[in-house]
Amino acid sequence: MFDAALFYLRPHVIITDPMNIYVCVKHVPDSAATIRIVEPNQIDENITFLLNPYDENAVEAAVQLKADSDDTDVIAVTVGKPAAIDTLKSALAMGADRGIHVVTGYWPDSIVTARALQAAIIKDGLPDLILTGKAAIDSDGYQTQFRLAAALDIPVATHVGSIARNDNSVTVTCGLEAGGEQVIRMRMPCVIGTAKTLNTPRYPTLPDIIKARKKEIREVSIDHLAIEPPDSRMEIIALKSAVQKRRKQMIAGSIEESVTELIRRLKGEARIPLS
Amino acid sequence: MEKIAILIETRQGEIKPSLYGVITAAQDAEHELLALAFGADTARFADQLKPYGIHHLVTITAPSARSFSNPDNRARAIIRAMDHFDIRTLFALTSLAGKDLLPRIAARLDAPLVMDCLAVNLVDSTVEKPQFSEKTIATIRVTGHHRIFGIRPNMIEPKTMPVETETVVFNYQGTADDRLEVVETRQGKSGAIDLSEAEIIISGGRGMKNGENFQILQECAQVMGAAVGASRVAVDNGWVPHSMQVGQTGTTVCPKLYIACGISGSIQHFAGMKTAGTIVCINTDPDAAMMQQCDYGIAGDLFKIIPALTRQLKAHR
Repeated sequence: MFDAALFYLRPHVIITDPMNIYVCVKHVPDSAATIRIVEPNQIDENITFLLNPYDENAVEAAVQLKADSDDTDVIAVTVGKPAAIDTLKSALAMGADRGIHVVTGYWPDSIVTARALQAAIIKDGLPDLILTGKAAIDSDGYQTQFRLAAALDIPVATHVGSIARNDNSVTVTCGLEAGGEQVIRMRMPCVIGTAKTLNTPRYPTLPDIIKARKKEIREVSIDHLAIEPPDSRMEIIALKSAVQKRRKQMIAGSIEESVTELIRRLKGEARIPLS
Repeated sequence: MEKIAILIETRQGEIKPSLYGVITAAQDAEHELLALAFGADTARFADQLKPYGIHHLVTITAPSARSFSNPDNRARAIIRAMDHFDIRTLFALTSLAGKDLLPRIAARLDAPLVMDCLAVNLVDSTVEKPQFSEKTIATIRVTGHHRIFGIRPNMIEPKTMPVETETVVFNYQGTADDRLEVVETRQGKSGAIDLSEAEIIISGGRGMKNGENFQILQECAQVMGAAVGASRVAVDNGWVPHSMQVGQTGTTVCPKLYIACGISGSIQHFAGMKTAGTIVCINTDPDAAMMQQCDYGIAGDLFKIIPALTRQLKAHR
């Protein structure tokens, strides 16, 4: 709605379409959960799942960008089994305006996930910014943001520790090795993979959670998105517990003696090249 | 013969030591191995690559050396080279740079990509990689016209397989997408090894008591050629920066030796260092979780033990 009074009172405001920020979130097992393998390639999903920790930073960044501008819509999108709706609710409680759930009967690989996200987003609206965590803590694939950007043919940066919005571009800093940084400017729309250093995700209060219950979540089956089946696949064919056999040897004695013994064992049986 | 390429990564102009394990992962008498390196000055690497079975060293050049500071342009150059030499399988290091470059390449090629591979079987196209916070090892089958593997550093022991290495220059003429522009690049600490690739790491936790005390770990690290890490507690207390955090929401590390000082050992910390070759735990509490899952434990005061370790290692040199 065009509010003339508001327009004249604030002449610097240019009336445009609302800015759409899509935040892609994943429903993942809690890092503290005990993982039990139940089938050759499945885990027992009767454990706590939550909003992927890196995606929390993406939601927080989107909500902060919304606070800085007058007309911004933050839409959380997830692809996953019916239970993933809880992760959307977490994002809504943190301040996202509405949610889209692409419902699947399985956990798809990142190739299919990116296609589903792309289809769901373009069906919903025109993205100005797409935010997501730099990785998900279950699969540690580091790639969905890149596949989504390629599918939409827009630029992408990952491991982002700061975001500054300009008129039609964003300036981000990306972490490089040993504490280095690269400053990148991307024209919008673009995709940003968020790092932990970006911000401190807010902890939703009870009123936030109650308010979020009224927010809209649209569910769409992945079968209704008409995704072209990819030629490439990454498929988990087996899972096993990661058990690392440790020696569990306690070294006793005086300080000097125990240090001497430690060095001896590290150089000897553990074959560590201590200079 | 199928052609397999290995992407060369350098630190301060030299091939990273952890790269030889990546070459070993790709070694196979049946295949022709190519190494891809950025910049004309990489031609000198031929002698170092010869013992590891690299048949061709491809040095990728561009009209302006600066064009490769753009991550998108690097990815385009690699794709162009893969196309030119008919390379369908690419190996690289799962380093911080690899986590940007490999997915860019995979996304453009719509190719399968697995990061943090512990082992690769090229015959049946399967890899092993940790999943679920390092609690499980998944066997993943990849299908596609191309396939891309990021190898976890320090996991594969380098093996020699001497051949003659021929150097080829590939001139990349493409231009960068002007929608992504590098404004500035600030290199990390000169000579410092990133935690994700370090062979030896000494880490401090709650038991360090403050940020200044990390100096004793720095001194010990210097003698061992190690990197210094920290637990989440040390980072949350503001003692050290987040770039030093080992664990679930920090850096996943895979050194040959991990020395945990004053770290009790939360599940999230283990998630970041579980694949370390050897774990040493130094803690006043003999019942700490870290003590139960280490190779060598010393129950004692780290403020006495670490300086003694530094002293004795210095004396050994």
